[in-house]
Amino acid sequence: MHMLRHWRYQGFAVVLGLALLLLMTNAPSPQAQAQPRAGGELVFAVPSEPPSYDGHREETFGLIHPVAPFYSLLLRVDPVDSNKIVGDLAESWTVSDDGLMYTFKIRNGVKFHDGSPLTARDVKASYDKIIFPPEGVASTRKGQYEAVEAIEAPEAQTVRFRLKWPAASMLSGLASPWNFIYKADTLAKDMHWYENNIMGSGPFIFVEHIRGSHMVGKRNPDYWERGKPYLDGYRALFISDTGARVAALRGERVHIEFRGLAPKQRDDLVKALGSKITVQESPWDCILLVAINHERKPFDDTRVRRALTLALDRHEGSRVLSQIAIVKEVAGVQVPGTPFATLPEELAKLAGYGRDAEASRGEARRLLKEAGAAGLTFTFKNRGIPMPYEPLGIWLIDQWRKVGLTVNQEVIEAAAYYQVLRSGEFDVAMDFQCGYIVDPDLDLYKFQSSDKNPSNYGRYVDRTLDELYEKQSRATNPEERKQFIRQFEKRLLDDEAHYLMTLQWHRIIPHSAKVKGWMITPSHYLNQQLDTVWLSE
Amino acid sequence: MHWYILRRLLLMLPTLLGVAVIVFLLMRVIPGDIVEMRFAEGRFFNRELVEKERARFGLDRPLWVQCGDWVWGLVRLDFGLSMWSGAPIRQEIAIRLQLSLQLAIMATMVAVLLAIPLGTLAALRQDTWIDYVIRIFSIAGLATPSFWLGILMFLCFLIVFQWIPPMVFTPFWRDPWQNLSQMIWPALAVGYRYSAVAARMMRSAMLEVLREDYIRTARAKGLWQSLIVKRHALKNAMLPVLTVIGLEFAFLIGGLVVTEQVFNLNGLGLLFVQSVARRDYTLVQALVLLVALVYIVVNFCVDLLYVWLDPRIRYQ
Repeated sequence: MHMLRHWRYQGFAVVLGLALLLLMTNAPSPQAQAQPRAGGELVFAVPSEPPSYDGHREETFGLIHPVAPFYSLLLRVDPVDSNKIVGDLAESWTVSDDGLMYTFKIRNGVKFHDGSPLTARDVKASYDKIIFPPEGVASTRKGQYEAVEAIEAPEAQTVRFRLKWPAASMLSGLASPWNFIYKADTLAKDMHWYENNIMGSGPFIFVEHIRGSHMVGKRNPDYWERGKPYLDGYRALFISDTGARVAALRGERVHIEFRGLAPKQRDDLVKALGSKITVQESPWDCILLVAINHERKPFDDTRVRRALTLALDRHEGSRVLSQIAIVKEVAGVQVPGTPFATLPEELAKLAGYGRDAEASRGEARRLLKEAGAAGLTFTFKNRGIPMPYEPLGIWLIDQWRKVGLTVNQEVIEAAAYYQVLRSGEFDVAMDFQCGYIVDPDLDLYKFQSSDKNPSNYGRYVDRTLDELYEKQSRATNPEERKQFIRQFEKRLLDDEAHYLMTLQWHRIIPHSAKVKGWMITPSHYLNQQLDTVWLSE
Repeated sequence: MHWYILRRLLLMLPTLLGVAVIVFLLMRVIPGDIVEMRFAEGRFFNRELVEKERARFGLDRPLWVQCGDWVWGLVRLDFGLSMWSGAPIRQEIAIRLQLSLQLAIMATMVAVLLAIPLGTLAALRQDTWIDYVIRIFSIAGLATPSFWLGILMFLCFLIVFQWIPPMVFTPFWRDPWQNLSQMIWPALAVGYRYSAVAARMMRSAMLEVLREDYIRTARAKGLWQSLIVKRHALKNAMLPVLTVIGLEFAFLIGGLVVTEQVFNLNGLGLLFVQSVARRDYTLVQALVLLVALVYIVVNFCVDLLYVWLDPRIRYQ
């Protein structure tokens, strides 16, 4: 009888659970429930400022945040699913069977802000400038498109990219948030015109830019997607001081800051503003790395490098540091949660990624002793930027101390830092990389041999790694690509320990609850066209 | 006197030239350059890009050619383009000068309005409770950094009034209320410290003057105290105070970096620090020159005011 009652309760619980599950899966998401409201001006803070307005040339998000809404791209990262690529100007596209030809159909009726029609010719001219810049024109990311042989615009609405070899990252490369589509006629007259002027086909039209103060955009009534953008306009305020940005959010002078704030600032804002603030968080495609100079002894010894990574208790570091700094996830060469990321149980097998920190440290001490480097003293060069360089630097030194290493820290001013890295005047130094789109080609590029990539400050040559890079880059089958990435990761972080990864950055965006239609992505360069954003009041 | 003025004006030229050359060389000595700062974080940073960009900024030319170009530009009043933004430097400075000048004038007004009466009163009521209160007020002002006072103000507005000053500068003639609601707070924060310096100077100068023979004579003649102070003591005591006010005013034009950060003011101080951090050589050179010019002009004006305040002073 007792058993029967137990089963009855259990059965009831299961039915109730299933019903709830059904309700939950059928219930529209809050995003879908709310009807976008037209009107209003979005005010956001930008910690940096665009040097010039040319997205093909610059490197700072200080350009993307205020300027991206003025432009269209060929492809873009889906504003609601950052793992997906969707068309922006491209209505559709096809890839040839051999993977060597990408053909894009350009939307009809798209107009530049001066009223002229946007055609495949403009797309071709823009990409020619990016991939094959003429003499005197700098294109900072042309290295991303080495596979492209030629760009053709056979018809007004068709553009083709002909490749030298199949490139697995081609589509994500074409969804780069930097690749603004400029007007071909303007480029033909002056390749530098877009450095000092803004004229795109995006959801907003440029109104004014007062240097050091703000930039204003107004709604583009002729935007190709009818009904969008929802906002009447936006105002980007350049606020360099973090304290002032937090105060601006708290005083409701701005709705949002798209780069990210520290955990303490999030907590303060939530405490002060309660339901008036919404917080979105995500792993962030930025990471502080430790460059180990392979040209200096004893760091040319794999055992010493492995000991340096084995000394780090990344899991405990994540728990502690995520409370005070913009770092959190323990990760390999790809952002956790993205298609090519290593699963945690696999990652735990790499040196310095296991849960048993004491065992790892024991192994580190053994390796150091074996290499004749027990009790080694060296200088760690760190960059003079407080967040998160300072807490991570202190954490690293403390971790290394636990395996008997004595580490002195030398902090170098930000502007002079890369000169030190490039000249190789260091033993061990903090390095950094931040992605504008989550893509293995981009994220692994840095770790190729130094003769292939001068930004490899480890100063090593590893042809096996180069070969693996090339294989993953050309593997059009995602599963096959994943395997090559795993092998690359194991060699880079474990077998050879060429570079050390600290912790993945963690992006925290506290924003006014009035801001709707914007979803956080793992990169602060993405989802900044603002066409989907609206204000509830 | 006319010769003196002419000579001082002519002397400004070699002084400015010296400043121009020194700052040009100093900027080249410090490690790192604008190309590094701007592009080194990029994935595809390479030597070709560095060379292209350095050539574009003219940094590949010999130093003496770069220096000669810069000085020749100055002679033609052409400061060139900012290496960071590509905008004309005159335009970069003009946007910020208006705000910095207004802040300096407002802070000076606050300082003068507080310092002269308080310093005078403290001297006249030496060692009374009034003197003690004024001394505490001014020593507290000296000990309190203006940016810290600014932060306190900001926090007070946020916590008590759930309000913060506007974050975008509006010129006074466009909207006086909006302008003042942004500018009055930093002016008070800066003006308080400034007034403390001037009040201390005013008090000690006034004490010294009040002990002079001619003041004793005036008292012996039976002149009213207020007349003695206004006609005989104040003008003479003002000489060192004027020097302090002049120097502080010149400092305010480009030296309020942290206060500008706290209140998010788009002023010259912040631009200065940003341009040094970015290694924007041309802009730093122009800003240093501007600040040097302000110091020279202010000093010159102070020297001329001495003559007005004390007719015994005659420049040869």
